[in-house]
Amino acid sequence: MTRTQRQRGVRVSLYALFVILVGGLWLVADQEAIRDNFFMREGFTENWQAFVTIGAKNTILYTLIAFVGGFVLAVLLVLMKLAPIAPFRWLATAYIELFRGLPALVVILFMAFGVPIAFGWRPPGGTIGAGLVALMLVAAAYMAETLRAGIEAVPKGQTEAARSLGMSGPWTMATVVMPQALRIVIPPLTNELVILIKDTSLLFVVGMAANEKELTTMARDFMTSGPSAGTATSLVFACLMYLVITLPLTRVVAWLERRQKRSR
Amino acid sequence: MTPRLHPTQEIDHGAPAIEVRDLHKSFGDNHVLTGIDFHVDAGQVVCVIGPSGSGKSTLLRCVNRLEEPTSGQVLIEGIDITDPETELDAVRSRIGMVFQQFNLFSHMTVLRNLTIAQQRAKKRSRREAEEVARANLDRVGLSDKVDAYPAHLSGGQQQRVAIARALSMDPDMMLFDEPTSALDPELVGDVLDVMKALAGEGMTMMVVTHEMGFAREVGDKLVFMADGVICEEGDPREVLANPRETRTQEFLSKVL
Repeated sequence: MTRTQRQRGVRVSLYALFVILVGGLWLVADQEAIRDNFFMREGFTENWQAFVTIGAKNTILYTLIAFVGGFVLAVLLVLMKLAPIAPFRWLATAYIELFRGLPALVVILFMAFGVPIAFGWRPPGGTIGAGLVALMLVAAAYMAETLRAGIEAVPKGQTEAARSLGMSGPWTMATVVMPQALRIVIPPLTNELVILIKDTSLLFVVGMAANEKELTTMARDFMTSGPSAGTATSLVFACLMYLVITLPLTRVVAWLERRQKRSR
Repeated sequence: MTPRLHPTQEIDHGAPAIEVRDLHKSFGDNHVLTGIDFHVDAGQVVCVIGPSGSGKSTLLRCVNRLEEPTSGQVLIEGIDITDPETELDAVRSRIGMVFQQFNLFSHMTVLRNLTIAQQRAKKRSRREAEEVARANLDRVGLSDKVDAYPAHLSGGQQQRVAIARALSMDPDMMLFDEPTSALDPELVGDVLDVMKALAGEGMTMMVVTHEMGFAREVGDKLVFMADGVICEEGDPREVLANPRETRTQEFLSKVL
């Protein structure tokens, strides 16, 4: 056997193996059970409006609130990290390490139940508002690290050139460093947006009124009520909705990263 | 009109443009400059040469305090810029600086690169700043590149834009930190031509360089540095032809 023949033989047997695996799974699977439990027709035809107008809408709304709030907080944290006074830097570092080290779910429980019980705090927007504050606090820690990396990625010569022209420190930061840093961190920030979309499902634990439900809570409730009760159809629907939102974003990140690599 | 540079000290046009007194600079245990005394008179072109690690770039960067001196004084037109009372930004806007890596603002067009500091530090109107910018781009032969971004220019063009950016501040003197070291050989000439023209117009210049030909042709004074001190200084033609110190002789025998 020649070398090319041997290589072709390997490829053919790999294809055969793939067909056997997929075909085998298809034959073994209880297709009726799958259809009835995961793809019950009424679960789609009768629930889709609620899923789109309440579930998906709230998931997107909560994500944006947490992202924007987290970003503002992250900018403050980064400025603290760059402060000339050491205690400010310590505070920012402690904050970032703390919230990156804790599970988001625990922070949500703390803000939604722990803090309100301890201090009689009534969070704006109820427990869901408190849950959103928790997501904000966690997201800020990650975004602050991303922003700091972006600022450090701007060559030092840019600052030196601006300062040598007589521009002040803050003005140099605002017009020379920050615009370039933001351009660098757009892909990783978009990544964090995708993570945040998925993390809004953790808000499930705070409990929501009918019009506050996001996708996961809605899916869980439709497992025990409505036309597809008793099946997991609503979970499948929620999964599809998440993918409709996240997949385009991950494609955008990939595209941005490719473009950035080219322009270097 | 001129912003105050110091609460009590005044610009003294009779004083040297740059005067360095007993300057020391250390990075931790690394003593890069160990007692530099040195001056550049108004209108002079002073070239600084020396092996890498001799401290010549650090000295240049101490002159506008991009590097903080450990001890000693730096006087710009008679004003002590190591004094904390000095308005450093105002002094810096009188000292043009050109870097080895050009350091153009990569997210701005050429025109914006030239106007932003004029508008901020010199408080010029946008229109005035743009007029000055265009005149200086013309001076370095790049008036057709106003709207280009730095990434689309060759290294030589970027460096000429960087020179025009510094000139747009109407500086009293210019510092050059190995301005041609990052350039492809065929692009060096254009940048040197611009610098020679500047010298011909009477600009005060301090140039850290490896271009011995430039030093010989336009330099009024040549300074040779080694191990953080000035080893030898004098007329460039004299020093290059008949170096007195052995360190200078060794260095020149390697580069000439």
